[in-house]
Amino acid sequence: MARQKVVVDPITRIEGHLRIEVQAEDGRIADAWASSTQFRGIEIILQGRDPRDCWAFTQRICGVCTTVHALASCRAVEDALDITIPPNAQLIRNLVHSMQTVQDHVIHFYHLHALDWVDVVSALSADPAGTAAIAKAISPWPNNSETHFREVQDRVQAFVASGQLGIFTNGYWGHPAYKLPPEVNLLAVAHYLEALDWQRDVIRLHAVFGGKNPHPNFLVGGMASAINVEGTATINAERITDLYGMIRRARRFVEQVYWPDLVAIAGFYKEWGAIGGGVPNYMAVGEWPEGGTYRDVDSLYFPRGIILDNDLSTIHPYDQQKVEEYITSSWYEYEGGDEVGLHPWEGETVPNYTGPEPPWTFLQDHDKYTWMKSPRYEGLPMQVGPLPRMLVAYVSGHEDVQALVNEALGKLEVGPEALLSTLGRTAARGIETVLLAARQEKWMDDLVARIRGGDVSTFSQEKWDPSTWPSSAQGYGYLDAARGALGHWVQIENGAVSRYQCVVPSTWNCSPRDAQGQNGPYEAALMDNHPLAIPEQPLEILRTIHSFDPCMACGVHVLDANGDPITEVKVR
Amino acid sequence: MFFPTSHPWADGETLGEHLQQRGVDRREFLTFCGEIGAILGLSSLLTPKIAKALTQVQRPSVIWLQLQECTGCVESVLRTSEPTIGDLVLDLVSLDYQHTLMAAAGDAAEGALHDAIEKNRGSYVLLVTGSIPMNEGGIYTMIAGRTVKSILEEVAADAAAVIAVGACAHWGSVQAARPNPTGAVGVSSIVKDKPVVNIAGCPPIGDTVTATVVHFLTFGRVPALDYDGRPTFAYGKRIHDQCPRRAHFDAGQYTQVFDDEAARKGWCLYQVGCKGPACFSPCPIFQWNTRTSWPIGAGHPCIGCTERHFWDTMTPFYKRLPAVAGFGVERTADTIGAALAVGAAAGVATHAVATSIHRARHRKLPVAGQGQAPPAEPGPGAAPPSGKEE
Repeated sequence: MARQKVVVDPITRIEGHLRIEVQAEDGRIADAWASSTQFRGIEIILQGRDPRDCWAFTQRICGVCTTVHALASCRAVEDALDITIPPNAQLIRNLVHSMQTVQDHVIHFYHLHALDWVDVVSALSADPAGTAAIAKAISPWPNNSETHFREVQDRVQAFVASGQLGIFTNGYWGHPAYKLPPEVNLLAVAHYLEALDWQRDVIRLHAVFGGKNPHPNFLVGGMASAINVEGTATINAERITDLYGMIRRARRFVEQVYWPDLVAIAGFYKEWGAIGGGVPNYMAVGEWPEGGTYRDVDSLYFPRGIILDNDLSTIHPYDQQKVEEYITSSWYEYEGGDEVGLHPWEGETVPNYTGPEPPWTFLQDHDKYTWMKSPRYEGLPMQVGPLPRMLVAYVSGHEDVQALVNEALGKLEVGPEALLSTLGRTAARGIETVLLAARQEKWMDDLVARIRGGDVSTFSQEKWDPSTWPSSAQGYGYLDAARGALGHWVQIENGAVSRYQCVVPSTWNCSPRDAQGQNGPYEAALMDNHPLAIPEQPLEILRTIHSFDPCMACGVHVLDANGDPITEVKVR
Repeated sequence: MFFPTSHPWADGETLGEHLQQRGVDRREFLTFCGEIGAILGLSSLLTPKIAKALTQVQRPSVIWLQLQECTGCVESVLRTSEPTIGDLVLDLVSLDYQHTLMAAAGDAAEGALHDAIEKNRGSYVLLVTGSIPMNEGGIYTMIAGRTVKSILEEVAADAAAVIAVGACAHWGSVQAARPNPTGAVGVSSIVKDKPVVNIAGCPPIGDTVTATVVHFLTFGRVPALDYDGRPTFAYGKRIHDQCPRRAHFDAGQYTQVFDDEAARKGWCLYQVGCKGPACFSPCPIFQWNTRTSWPIGAGHPCIGCTERHFWDTMTPFYKRLPAVAGFGVERTADTIGAALAVGAAAGVATHAVATSIHRARHRKLPVAGQGQAPPAEPGPGAAPPSGKEE
């Protein structure tokens, strides 16, 4: 049986520009190539800048994962300059980052991922009373009424009848891989619409603390939003009341809509618990400092660690010295040859585009096929993201995570091994969201308790003035962002950035083949027991790729080892 | 918000008829038009005109290209304004191609793009986010095997209007900051045969985008623009001149360092680097995230993100602007008044926005010694980038 080359470009409903090529054979995927086709070079641009400005530049790496690069950058610079931020600032950052994660995960589920599982057209034939019955059985959400679902169905009916399908044009409606009954499809479509309104509301928390979203303002040394409960342009009683409202509405929607929907939909797709596992190694750097800094592992709400070879009995410690990057399949060259791996501190990035001259048709016939590098940990590819975080927490004995994971596994009547899959990645994202949405209330309570106790400090002033800095300093900041483990490294000479490096979640997940020929997580997942029924309608590919929540703009970065701007780019 | 109404759009049906079908009465509709008019900075006398225009148009096709970017501008539009009004605004168009939200991928997505072009040649609105990397033949951003430059050229050719959304599409933004490794440029460097509206900001406020589209549908032409292609309804005034903390500037009441007593009193952020005196933006008026707050309102200085090359001309962000003559409400009024005489408004909305203060055509003109003066000492990025912009 001849293999068939299949290309999906653009992969839509993600951040950025991603291309997937596969070879299909007998309804399965035999081989896969993941290619990032955008390069910007932001780290070069940081050289010579004021380190206190870096958060703003790196935040623009991504507007979907807004905040995470800003926070990682602040942590890296604060580490280099030995700045300890006030506890209030730590709590505010937790709230800003966690609301980002919660909102991002919900948007991912409904607006980026759901249409892989939910057939919008099928919702037209649903009985709204049946939908209401299903919804009421799984959730007390007040909008789950027959009237509401009928109204939504009318809207969808009108839309389809108009002939102007807009963003739903050319969807794979009616594909045999869609398994939901019409009533559940209608449920999901209704909540797709509600989630659009919800996300706009809850993310206002960023505007309160950071002035706007996307790209709220951060500050090296703390946060700029001063606290004065008697003031008019500060965090005061009115703002605190508004914040509590958002936090409670965030939690309610997650617990009463997102999580029940996820479990209900997953129940119809249990076979995806055995599809798309791929790379068996998982890495979490941990997140959510409580009472300490992110460097203090014991203070983290979600723990740090590594799981190897799908062994759910052992957590290995994480050591950043074991990270190396390969460019064997990437459009760069190394002075020591394309087969070696280099630690980020010794990293080289010389772009060397050897792909075909555009317009072109295929990349899979080329040894190098992407702007993504291949990060490896002790030479091994690693998955990063919600699933690695939840696995590391689960194996570490994290009580909140274990309770929710076990509840989900029980409802779906599957074992823990089902987590190591496409479905597992999607479920883990939901589990994490439930925990964070609840945890935000604690952080907000803690903040208010501190204010009540008389502490209104949000910023550490001692090291703000560059005259207080050493002539030479370096530091790094870790973060477990919505899409996974993120690290920023900075070196500062005489008050200016001499070197800056980011190692980003989507680089780990979207990495191409390394020198040993090991596929990265996207590719390996597509080659793990993976169906592709109709090559012209690559719905199954979208399911697995979207389960990683790709962010391409984040994934491609560049820095020259000597801190020099790139001066030469070769195009064959 | 990107979703259908409960009644189908029949062939030839106008928005007015359509809204009637939906059960929206005349009074509600006029209220909506008034709010849109407020965003656009138009006199309430024009509300009936907006209403008339909106009731006559049919849903035009909108194609949204995403080039070299971070998707933050798309996210910003997702946060737009009030739910029901938002529904209506976005219900005015048929969003036929938009990577972040569209169901189709790969060939099916590209098919949707080409169908939309074919069916609406000469009448579709093109929104663009992201810059165009020009170096090495454009290989730094490719979609479906093509450079984004070639895609933009093809799609722009038959567009009725081209709206560049955000700093990247405006002039290249962060990837165009010195040394601009990929040679990133904005849309107006590629599209030369028709006016390009620049919705400035990194990102812009989403409401500015929707209001610009409504303006186009209402008046049949793009809004009046300043020297840099920015709609005057949004970018006609400096932040400094609309800032609620301006009285503290005039009174010499400054935050000296973050979280000091002055910061806790909400005083002026000029001394900690605020670029409000050099930045034309709707932030203080429109505000962000359904009018929840805005950067200065949350205690952080403005970084000047609606201005071209701000990553180089406005940095270091925490260094105060030199020589902003202070304490002079009268002086400011005088000089702005002089600049106003130089400003030029065009189009049907001229009389309606005449009360807005227009920026002079020359970059450094708005207020001598204020406005756009570059930082006194050339910081790391003080000079404009040496990239291939234009």
